[in-house]
Amino acid sequence: MGKYILKRILIAIPVLIGITVIDYAIMCLAGSPLEMLQGPRVSEAAVEAKRIALGLDQPVLVQYFVWLGQLLHGNLGYSMKSYQSVSSMIGSHIGPTLLLMGVSLLVSLLLAVPAGIFSAIHQYSKGDYAIVTASFLGSSVPGFFLSLLLIYIFTVKLGWLPSSGMTTLGTESGAGDVAKHMVMPVIVLAFSMAGSNIRYIRSAMLEILQQDYLRTARAKGIGRFRVNNKHALRNALVPIITVIGMEIPVLFGGAVIIEQVFSWPGLGLMTMSAISNRDYPVIMGVCLLSAIVVLVANLVTDILYAMVDPTIQLD
Amino acid sequence: MILRKIDGQFYNRDMPAVNSLRRRFGRKSAFSAEVIEGYDEKSDGKSRKSTKIDAVQTRGTDENSQDQTLDVNNGSDFKGNANGKNNGGRKRTDISSESYLQTVIRRFRRHHLATVSLIILAVIVGAALLAPVVAPYDPNDIAGPFAGAPSKEFWLGTDQIGRDVLSRLLYATRISLLVGVMATLISTVIGVLLGLVAGYFGGVADMVIMRFTDMVMSFPYILLVLVAAAIFKPGQWNIILILGFVDWPGIARLVRGNVLNLRETNFVKGNIVAGMPLRHILFSEILPNTVAPILVYATSVLALSILDEAALSFLGQGVQPPEASLGNMLNGAQSLTVLTTQPWLWIPPGLLIVVVVMAINFIGDALRDALDPNGGR
Repeated sequence: MGKYILKRILIAIPVLIGITVIDYAIMCLAGSPLEMLQGPRVSEAAVEAKRIALGLDQPVLVQYFVWLGQLLHGNLGYSMKSYQSVSSMIGSHIGPTLLLMGVSLLVSLLLAVPAGIFSAIHQYSKGDYAIVTASFLGSSVPGFFLSLLLIYIFTVKLGWLPSSGMTTLGTESGAGDVAKHMVMPVIVLAFSMAGSNIRYIRSAMLEILQQDYLRTARAKGIGRFRVNNKHALRNALVPIITVIGMEIPVLFGGAVIIEQVFSWPGLGLMTMSAISNRDYPVIMGVCLLSAIVVLVANLVTDILYAMVDPTIQLD
Repeated sequence: MILRKIDGQFYNRDMPAVNSLRRRFGRKSAFSAEVIEGYDEKSDGKSRKSTKIDAVQTRGTDENSQDQTLDVNNGSDFKGNANGKNNGGRKRTDISSESYLQTVIRRFRRHHLATVSLIILAVIVGAALLAPVVAPYDPNDIAGPFAGAPSKEFWLGTDQIGRDVLSRLLYATRISLLVGVMATLISTVIGVLLGLVAGYFGGVADMVIMRFTDMVMSFPYILLVLVAAAIFKPGQWNIILILGFVDWPGIARLVRGNVLNLRETNFVKGNIVAGMPLRHILFSEILPNTVAPILVYATSVLALSILDEAALSFLGQGVQPPEASLGNMLNGAQSLTVLTTQPWLWIPPGLLIVVVVMAINFIGDALRDALDPNGGR
């Protein structure tokens, strides 16, 4: 087991380095920060001085290593707009995003796990068809369209839920207020995630139900309920872990759009405003962070997977 | 050819049926059970999604074992009718003289939802292709009142500057479908080539390609696309290229997994021994045997590309106005007036996206089942 974990980590290291290279290359492609300086009131000499000050006269490789060195010290650079450091900007926006992502993941699992298992046990029943059709709908509806529909229904028509922000302005922000603001974004994120998860868990569960050990369990006559909920459910834990691992990158991506629609003050909203301002250090900082999170999530998933399922070969 | 004899052991059961099948094909099994099985077990990571298939089965096996395979295989599949449980009472059609294509079509048609989806999609694609003929107005022409509600003259109303929404919707579908199809084509070609090289040559090439795939996959997809769209000017062709260049890792992994297994089969080994040129082995022997899973995967890429184009255009980073795409028609709904008082401006394009993507997903699902070599009759 230890050997396996070590091997996985060793594989992850070149990928991590590659991620930083891609990240840096995109940043270079995006143009040099000097372009922001240039204008009729800035002299050539001043630009040249800035170029040397920023180290842009060095070869690209040297620049990359300088950047990487800074990165290892936790310095992701500075925003071109607000002159704040990128790491502090990320730090102040990550909380709401994590809250939103965590709750959505939880809700989607609470929806998908029982639905997927029910669907597998009652394969080809009416309930199965309803669930699978709904799951197709979930993965086919664009998140932003569902958001607009929800806002139209719950905010405009019924006036039940606030449509933007995390707290109501000018009031004491309690947990209830935040929860109220979270309802719609969570529904949208959870619905689209549950769509693909249900089908995945269903097929994994169907596979488990075919296994010999379940036939044995049934043959022992211990009853359908115990077979399904004890023997099968335990083994369904493996696909559920995979599902969580697969959802992390989807969550990061989905959060960008959903936060924009609901003005949720998180990482996604920050990234979108950075994108429209062409604030590259911020964009690349977020990209790098999310890529690393995804990489680590995959690593953890693989390790957990190996721990939960003893039949998986570790080589 | 000699090679056909070599791969004889492929069909380990029910040889007569297989032989008739083979005569009709004039080639090795187009879809061998072992191939699919391999892509489940050998390839890493993502392929865990796919269902496992245990028994190697060809068509024409007895009723019982067939029912069993159906149940095993239909993990992720969804049938429009309840045919899996009880095949016994079904009227038996004579399939001994059926071509492979007929088999696929017959299996596909069992999925009623997919059949309906195919018809709906055909109508939508037809309307989109014929947009210049069908559309009542020019999509960029100011033809009526500003933000007029649907009326006899303008079936879906007009937008804020008096353009006909229905005409714009038709042209938008055209653009969105074009973006989706082109992006899917590009990513499929890239993915297939990289997968073939990685799987067939192995070693350093495999390692480099697969690690690169890991890297691209680590970046959250939408974020990567948004960044690329921000760097290169947003626009129709840039979106196609960006989506195409970001979407390939899934296909590359799939193809690599299949190739790894095919490389170990006797007919490929036979080709190598016979000294066939590399190009022939890769593109005429290996590739045709992985077409089915690629096709199924490509439908899901198509659905995703259309969704992503819509999301990008909705955020203003995709297809740029005045050109209409399904996503950027929804862009206006970010303003409260449009959202609250002019629902005809944003509900039709949104619903159209849902219908198109759902139809593609259903078709892909039915295709998976229809092309499955173990799918029973």
